[in-house]
Amino acid sequence: MAHPVRIGSVRAMSGGQHRSSQLGLTSRLTSGWQASGQPDGLETHLDRYGPLPEPGTGRHEALIDAVTRAGLTGRGGAGFPTGIKMRAVASRRGPAVMVANGMESEPASEKDKALLAHAPHLVLDGAVLAATAIGAGVVHVCLPRSREQLITTVRDAVAEREQAYQNRISIEVHDLPHQYVSSEETALAAWLNGGDARPTSVPPRPFERGVDQRPTLLDNVETLAHVALVARFGPAWYRQAGLADAPGTMLSTVSGAVTTPGVYEVEVGTPVGDVLAMSGAWPDSAHLLIGGYFGSWHDIADLARVPLAPAALRPIGAAPGAGVLVVLPPDACGLAETARVLAWLADQGAGQCGPCVFGLPAIADDFGQLASGRPKGPLLDRLDRRLWMVNGRGACRHPDGAVRLARSALTAFAADVKSHVSRRTCLAARHGQRRGSVLPIPRPAGQKVWR
Amino acid sequence: MKHHLAVNPIACTGHGICAEMLPELIGLDEWGYPIVAGRNVPPELGSLARRAVRLCPTLALRLEAANAERRVRQ
Repeated sequence: MAHPVRIGSVRAMSGGQHRSSQLGLTSRLTSGWQASGQPDGLETHLDRYGPLPEPGTGRHEALIDAVTRAGLTGRGGAGFPTGIKMRAVASRRGPAVMVANGMESEPASEKDKALLAHAPHLVLDGAVLAATAIGAGVVHVCLPRSREQLITTVRDAVAEREQAYQNRISIEVHDLPHQYVSSEETALAAWLNGGDARPTSVPPRPFERGVDQRPTLLDNVETLAHVALVARFGPAWYRQAGLADAPGTMLSTVSGAVTTPGVYEVEVGTPVGDVLAMSGAWPDSAHLLIGGYFGSWHDIADLARVPLAPAALRPIGAAPGAGVLVVLPPDACGLAETARVLAWLADQGAGQCGPCVFGLPAIADDFGQLASGRPKGPLLDRLDRRLWMVNGRGACRHPDGAVRLARSALTAFAADVKSHVSRRTCLAARHGQRRGSVLPIPRPAGQKVWR
Repeated sequence: MKHHLAVNPIACTGHGICAEMLPELIGLDEWGYPIVAGRNVPPELGSLARRAVRLCPTLALRLEAANAERRVRQ
């Protein structure tokens, strides 16, 4: 399901100074994507963005300061302030380790893949600059083993840099098993330490003791691309796009009932309805999944005018996550979609924590009964109790994410819930043939591999 | 110092000894895994709580200082 890459253009390009003037407000990361569809080579990259700023020697505060003042937050899903994370690692003793997280295990997200496929050097710039700032001598780039082409692209980019620069910081590209929970930060650290790519219990968190027992900074690859821009053009430039409390741009993967699915770069805070309009959401669609499979379902009418930004979305129980938007086609059943995803999430656990191992399959089974209109016993009470019971009880956030998705479906599709349980009919299916899966479910690759 | 109980969910295999010893603060879910109360351990239950921690066969139960510093999360 390779989505074409598209360029968002909610606000027109604005003038700036220096090279930053070549970049529009909403074509910072995606500046070169239209040109060729090929990865930017180092020369093209430097021509587009300017030379790599001299990072200075040893640990230094300037970049951390700039990133903090730019207000950059993580683009991997949780949205934690990047500057605070950098400082937390930099302030610990001894050499640190830098990890670029390009795992993107969210099935409905394509943005990290698209970014790395087109602008690998921007990500590597950010990783090298961040590594220098925190006092790390090595960058580990973690990519999913299933994306062979992408691994080749990034390895080629690394080789090209080795020719061009006398690398003080070595970059190692790794291919990890592609399970849903393998992109979690402790799972990456565990794998890089020679173990399974499964989440570990915390503390210690990786910033305290991560790879090789050293303080470790893990950042999503898109976050690192933004770091490279902040380093070049400064925090004031960075803040020209986006909101005061959520500056910059973000990549968003839009799919489902839209005429032009793809990866869009938009200003943080663009109204959700504008992003949907840009991607040509079908006018008769009514529901939207925001934030991916740990995200939430909503009525599109409730979201249309809401800025795509954490603070604005929070009151309605939504979060941008990694920028995933999926529009539910009007003839699809939201409960059936959710049931399929929950069954997949139940299977995608690391198999370590009891409440997740037993709770998620039980919840998925309840949801299956709901979707098929065959409730056994007091289904809704049982489901409600189980959702409450499982929430927050894993080593990682896997069960919490599944609970969040399930709860939001029960609210957003309340009318369907009623008709599925009482009249045992599906409102969506009445309008025509019930369609196949809208939300992508990766096919399990037989035996699960963690190493 | 105030403490609360915490479970390492990876280590826990659901023996349920903790819930048997300390039903005031620990319940079991329908699969036999402990659900611990988030509140502080009251002084009169302190020695029972410490015993429950000692007797956990997988060392999954622990007492944590209540005001542990907030940790950086991704």
